[in-house]
Amino acid sequence: MDFQLIWFILIAVLFIGYFFLEGFDFGVGILMPFISRDDVDRRVCINTIGPFWDANEVWLITAGGAMFAAFPHWYATLFSGFYLPLLLILLALIVRAVGFEFRSKVDKPFWKKTADHFIFWGSLIPAFIWGVALTNIVMGLPIGEDMNFHGGLFGLLSPYAILGGLASTAMFTLHGAIFLTLRTEGPLMERAEKVAKMIWIPSGVLLLVFALLGYLYTVLFDEFGLIPGTLPLLAIISFIAGYFLLRANRFGWSFAATGGTIIFGTIVAFEGLFPKLMPSTLNIDWSLTVYNASSSELTLTIMSVVALIFLPIVLGYQAYSYYVFRQRVTRDSIPTS
Amino acid sequence: MEELDLARWQFGITTIYHFIFVPLTLGLSVLVAIMQTFWYRTGDTAYKKLTKYFGKLFIIVFTLGVVTGIVQEFQFGMNWSEYSRFVGDIFGIPLAIEALMAFFLESTFLGLWIFGWNRLKKGVHLLCIWLVAIASNLSAIWILMANSWMQVPVGYHIVGGRAELTDFVAILLNERLLVQMPHTIIAGFVTGGLFVLGISAWMMLRGNQKEIFQKSARIALVFTAVASLLTATTGHSQAQDTVQSQPMKMAAMEGLWETEEPASFSLFAIIDQENRTSMREVRLPYMLSVLAHNNLTSEVRGMNDLQAEMEEIHGEGSYIPPVAVVYWGFRIMVGLGMLFIFLAITGLVLWWKDKLQTATWFHKIAIAFIFLPYIANTAGWIVTEMGRQPWVVYGLLLTADGVSPAVTGTSIWISMASFTLVYGFLAAVAVFLIIRFSKPGIPKENKKKKEASEDDDSKDSDAFVY
Repeated sequence: MDFQLIWFILIAVLFIGYFFLEGFDFGVGILMPFISRDDVDRRVCINTIGPFWDANEVWLITAGGAMFAAFPHWYATLFSGFYLPLLLILLALIVRAVGFEFRSKVDKPFWKKTADHFIFWGSLIPAFIWGVALTNIVMGLPIGEDMNFHGGLFGLLSPYAILGGLASTAMFTLHGAIFLTLRTEGPLMERAEKVAKMIWIPSGVLLLVFALLGYLYTVLFDEFGLIPGTLPLLAIISFIAGYFLLRANRFGWSFAATGGTIIFGTIVAFEGLFPKLMPSTLNIDWSLTVYNASSSELTLTIMSVVALIFLPIVLGYQAYSYYVFRQRVTRDSIPTS
Repeated sequence: MEELDLARWQFGITTIYHFIFVPLTLGLSVLVAIMQTFWYRTGDTAYKKLTKYFGKLFIIVFTLGVVTGIVQEFQFGMNWSEYSRFVGDIFGIPLAIEALMAFFLESTFLGLWIFGWNRLKKGVHLLCIWLVAIASNLSAIWILMANSWMQVPVGYHIVGGRAELTDFVAILLNERLLVQMPHTIIAGFVTGGLFVLGISAWMMLRGNQKEIFQKSARIALVFTAVASLLTATTGHSQAQDTVQSQPMKMAAMEGLWETEEPASFSLFAIIDQENRTSMREVRLPYMLSVLAHNNLTSEVRGMNDLQAEMEEIHGEGSYIPPVAVVYWGFRIMVGLGMLFIFLAITGLVLWWKDKLQTATWFHKIAIAFIFLPYIANTAGWIVTEMGRQPWVVYGLLLTADGVSPAVTGTSIWISMASFTLVYGFLAAVAVFLIIRFSKPGIPKENKKKKEASEDDDSKDSDAFVY
């Protein structure tokens, strides 16, 4: 069996899980300051993701660990090459977590305001940087014969990469807005719905431009002709369907649709890369691929067994957690502090 | 400073900081679970109050452990890419399993525990905190497995300039893991035990709910007494293993320059690394032979012999770690460990004499002891990690060869400065919050508030909501 392929797919699954799940809680963090009218609203927003955000973040940690184990060269090249962007993500995730956990521990305006900033920036910055990072990977990077990154920070900030960052930010924000329509009620829910309707079309334009320019700037469609294949089409259909589902007040289905766009979009990126992991712009032969970057077959076998056992269990209890907290968070449920 | 030194400083700073919160999480999670079990079994609301009181403190500590932990996982790739390439085939496995098996469990069930006070059945809710405690300790096992492999590499062969796995069971049952894991986890229990003991003592000293805090003090005393004795015995086996597996580390821990037979134990020395000698040394004859080999006659090898031997195998260079740091780190850890045992036994005697509530002198000492385990834990890890230098993987890869070539010194300055700033800020917030939430103690129930107690506790339970 081709364990490299299996692990490539598994890591894609972990990132898909991460973007899908953390995507909406980034969105909630970004929207919180705009759709809340008072402190109770803000706390409702935070509590919609309260029991989940930490477990959602573990998808990233697991993806990182799985990359380390299955494709050590990918992990090493990517993490050392994207040093400063990852630093920003780390700092953002730190202050964000602290914002969530500690915000309501002290009832002082300054304290809460600081926590609000932590939550907003801590959600916006990673949402943006993940898009920039992923775009850079599918554009190709200056990777040398030694498998190391030979570029600077500013090389990562090309206009197209920035566009990718904006696209991911828009997508996560939308996903978060729909999530809020599912988890809140009353005026707050209406505002979330309004925001979603308002940003849907501009986001669509942004995503469309990003996707079309993808033909020019990325390696993703090199194998295809003009017709992009099923998956990109599914991402587009999903996105459009989401809008009409929202208009029809089918919020659950609309959430599935924004999720679908994230899922299919991420698959497009991974599928387009395969069998490369990080295409080199210096010399295509220096690219990291699933074959030259992977661990030994024994390691991949052991990891496969472990993943096969534990991933279903994880999905089971995470689903249980979402089931337990399926009710909407109401303003009444927030205790006066 | 060069990239190498900067990367090492950053790793040291972030790791030590991370390991302030981790051991406390290991111990405190179990203690909170025990308190909740007492409540579940006896129905005594005192234990419920204790569970909530220490549970809030636990969440604060846990949060900081989590956020500083992500940095650790990323840092291998960010700052030590060549190390990651070399070890990934082996080292990555426990890391990935740790996330898959432990972190998911811990984070999901902590969410359920925090927000599930009114939603879950009592038994299920109790199960949640136990799963959190178990998962925290499971994660410790996996990360220690990774570390043990750096200390004593097993089950590998070198292919194309990197270590590849040949025997997974050898890694699971690495001798080093079997001595290092119990010692580290139990040190976490001591840390948690002394935390609960110290806070309980503080509250008794302040006259807040003495009856209730006596209960938590008793739990903590038994817990700490058992755990602190076990740190000594497990530490002893770890040291004996070190004599075999990393003789150079052992010699540095003892400041032993020349091979001795029988070997004496050094109580005090001023180490002169440059001239490879120690001054003003106080030695106990035979004692090191006893500690290392359990007899009065055996040889313990000194650093000069070991250096010569390593030069023969690995070529020229210095293979002697920074001796003074390792030597004193070891003594600080052991000294403090003995104090912990002493404190716990004193507490048990006071309990026996029924003076636990009234012995204010003991309360004061117990409060001071809240802070000491962190020094012991840090000293212990410094011995382990500095004692392995100049190797990052013992005998296989030098630390200097592990650093990322793609990362500039400027980048590391930026990251180190920002981590230091953010971590400093977090430390201040953590201390502030822990004091804020522990100082008021457990409020007394007065008649007016009676409706807020047992029967309808939804309001006060929601205090866990964000």
